[in-house]
Amino acid sequence: MSTMAIDKAGPRRKVKYGSMSRDRAWALRWSYFFLVLFAIFFLTPPLYMVITSLKSSAEISAATNPWWVFHPTLSNYVELLTSNQFLRFFWNSSIVSLVVVIVTMLISVPAAFALARMKFWGSATLATGVFLTYLVPDSLLFIPLFKMLALVQDLTGITLLNRWYVLLFIYPTLTVPFCTWIMIGYFASIPKELDEAAIIDGASWLQTLTRIFIPVALPGLIAATIFAFTVSWAQFLYPLVFTTSIDQLVLPVGITTTLIKGDVFNWGQIMTGALLGAAPPLIIYAFLMDYYIAGLTAGATKG
Amino acid sequence: MADVALRKVVKRYDDVEAVRGIDLDIADHEFIVLVGPSGCGKSTTLRMIAGLEDISDGDIMIGGDVVNDVPPKDRDIAMVFQNYALYPHMTVAENMSFGLRLKHYPKAEIKARVTEAARLLDITDLIDRKPKQLSGGQRQRVAMGRAIVRNPKVFLFDEPLSNLDAKLRVQMRIEIKKVHQKVRTTTVYVTHDQVEAMTLADRVVVMNKGRIEQIGTPNELYHKPATRFVAGFIGSPAMNFIPCRLEDVGGTLQLRLSDRIAFPLPPARAARYSALPRTDKLLLGLRPEHLTESHAHLAPGVETFDTVLDVTEPMGMETLVYFGLDGTPVCGRVDPNAGAKDGAPMRLAMDLNNMHLLNEETGVVL
Repeated sequence: MSTMAIDKAGPRRKVKYGSMSRDRAWALRWSYFFLVLFAIFFLTPPLYMVITSLKSSAEISAATNPWWVFHPTLSNYVELLTSNQFLRFFWNSSIVSLVVVIVTMLISVPAAFALARMKFWGSATLATGVFLTYLVPDSLLFIPLFKMLALVQDLTGITLLNRWYVLLFIYPTLTVPFCTWIMIGYFASIPKELDEAAIIDGASWLQTLTRIFIPVALPGLIAATIFAFTVSWAQFLYPLVFTTSIDQLVLPVGITTTLIKGDVFNWGQIMTGALLGAAPPLIIYAFLMDYYIAGLTAGATKG
Repeated sequence: MADVALRKVVKRYDDVEAVRGIDLDIADHEFIVLVGPSGCGKSTTLRMIAGLEDISDGDIMIGGDVVNDVPPKDRDIAMVFQNYALYPHMTVAENMSFGLRLKHYPKAEIKARVTEAARLLDITDLIDRKPKQLSGGQRQRVAMGRAIVRNPKVFLFDEPLSNLDAKLRVQMRIEIKKVHQKVRTTTVYVTHDQVEAMTLADRVVVMNKGRIEQIGTPNELYHKPATRFVAGFIGSPAMNFIPCRLEDVGGTLQLRLSDRIAFPLPPARAARYSALPRTDKLLLGLRPEHLTESHAHLAPGVETFDTVLDVTEPMGMETLVYFGLDGTPVCGRVDPNAGAKDGAPMRLAMDLNNMHLLNEETGVVL
């Protein structure tokens, strides 16, 4: 009796709810739909930049189809890459970003290790505090920061304002809190027994950090490095405020300051400059993503 | 190699006492197993010996020196963790030699020690692999190798076999015993598995609620448990505890289990228990192997009774039978050919020569 009822109900249920593979197929279709949508949304501006950068000023201002290049030219690239000014911006950006990445890592890795592992009084509160500082927007901070640096300059006599190296002191206020926060998360995911084993093996705290934690948390370290570099490379507000002389400018500010003259926009070169400026982060992403593989801790403990 | 001593060791976490004043002497070369249910303080005790936990009170001595304030690296100990704790980015050889490299041993000696330990543990072929390329059992061997190469005064094992499957656990248990027979290093081993404790230990320390219940050789604990906790914890299936009382009937001391079941005590037992107040609430402690099927020629002190079985569990070499005695569930072990069936009546024999009598309130074995 009951067997018969189940037999009858069986096929109807199947039609009504669908099978696992059908559900999966639909999930995939939706995923692809949204992924394609996002890809179009985010890739259109760079594509427009590439197209515009290959046009002469005359073609840009002509009323032709903006999505097609009729007379491709590399003149924008040649002009920018042979201009000392542009190379200067590029150099300033590079040196600032590189030093900021190094400084950030030197501060946030040990700080994260201390906050994640060396349980001391107030370490949990401090860890939250570190993150909270990241939440204050730079548009609120730049005036007090300017005042502070002006005061330091007055007191010490060391010229800080309108010098590219002032950015080395300011950018870490953006990068250190967030990188510390990322690294705390990565370090916390390393099993406690690993540092206990190292301590019993005779490692000091510093040796535990350098010989165990840093290699094991390498994916996190790379994520933090990428973040710090991107933030320093793309930062606009602080360099706009703190540097004004042409030879002290970094790339984002340099391009907008020198290529926009009054209401004349040199669109071809602006787009070329932006593209060239986007190249270093892209290259770094491409290289580091290979190492950015999760699961380096596999095998440390029960798998 | 060294002896280890704990003197009134206490561990307090805020207002919770995890370990409540432990005294323990571990001789040189001895294999000691700390066993108990989770939360009994056994792991905490081990971690205090390792120096991974500060001790709140008391003294810990290794080789005669008080090491309360000595950091782990200077205690000359090695520890094997439950989840292996291998360094994932290092090969097996690098894992094993990490401690020696930190201490700047000469390269030749490091190589010699690693080779020797790998040979001892049969992992020579795996020496260049990373931990993730190893199975659970192999990882545990590497973890042991890391301990052996250091040639420490004391080995500490923190539930090293808990993550392995049952078959591998038995295999590694034998492996650990073999290694100890060869290197003879003083060993403190923590487990919640009483079978592991019984099979590995020279002496077993049974812990409960932060205190030591009893210390003894595996056989002592099995045959002469001091408390109800030890009696019930050691042995599988666990010892039966049946409410009973003593009564004098015609000059002989009788053990009354229920309205219809009462047995005269064997002379040796009667002499031992005769002084007990007859009003005490008592428990009869009887291991399942002393509750067997009845047969024609019963030894003195073995008494029979009839019961109806609730459930039987054929184990192959024996059959476990479960039944109720006045509402108390009881387990016995009978011969697989004795004809025990679910729900069937059966005559069983109780070997009172091997009985224990416990005070129900205090839990002390009398």
